[in-house]
Amino acid sequence: MTRDKKPYMKLADIKETLRAEVIVGQDKLDLPVETGCASDLMSDLLRGPTNGAVLLTGLNNIQVIRTSVISGVVAVILIRDKKPMPEMTSLAVEHGLPILSTPFTMFSSCGRLFNKGLRGVE
Amino acid sequence: MPELQRNFKVKFNDFMKAGDVSIQIQSILKAIGFDPDLIRRVSVCAYESEMNVVMHGGDGDVSLIVGPKDITVHVRDDGPGIENTEQAFQEGYSTATHEHREMGFGAGMGLPNIKKSADTVEVNSKKGKGTHLKISFNVE
Repeated sequence: MTRDKKPYMKLADIKETLRAEVIVGQDKLDLPVETGCASDLMSDLLRGPTNGAVLLTGLNNIQVIRTSVISGVVAVILIRDKKPMPEMTSLAVEHGLPILSTPFTMFSSCGRLFNKGLRGVE
Repeated sequence: MPELQRNFKVKFNDFMKAGDVSIQIQSILKAIGFDPDLIRRVSVCAYESEMNVVMHGGDGDVSLIVGPKDITVHVRDDGPGIENTEQAFQEGYSTATHEHREMGFGAGMGLPNIKKSADTVEVNSKKGKGTHLKISFNVE
């Protein structure tokens, strides 16, 4: 859970913790994730500092992908088993942005990751 | 003389494309090799403005001008204009529709986020005459 004393989780750890399905980014499970954020409000993300963070969201549209790219989010987790639209998937592939889908709710997903040591963007 | 200038068109209500211009701006700034924090600030401002044009502004255009000491983003639209600029910069003030909120926007954070991220913001808007936003960033 540490790398040069800086806490982080690999995307693979997040996948396991959230029992998530990888929709985009099967080849990126080694990706280090430094922080987490959870929001359905895209302007909250843009307020930062979300560089290097994983995003948990219940919002399921193409703006999630564009907002993530703009705000430096490194992976998107859709909660409650939501699956992305085809246009979201292709845009995420284009930008190399992993998308995972977890059966857990927003609250439970955040709690599980926090319990594993992942902290929020502050 | 600017070192680089790029102009882009933004289409009203085109949510499938909304944000695409800002991602192109982000790519240009990355290719030049600016500081990641500066790139994030410019990209966020471009994106919030672009979304404002798509949601409220009518058709518009965005210009990116990279100079030796600064980066400027101009966002112009021919939409309804901002009736009360002071109010529009207040956090939480919003004229968004239900559709905008379903997209994850319309929380009244667009212009406040721009003000927070930019070094200077100038707004020139009149009711019925469209809006021109000039957003500038110092390059150290």
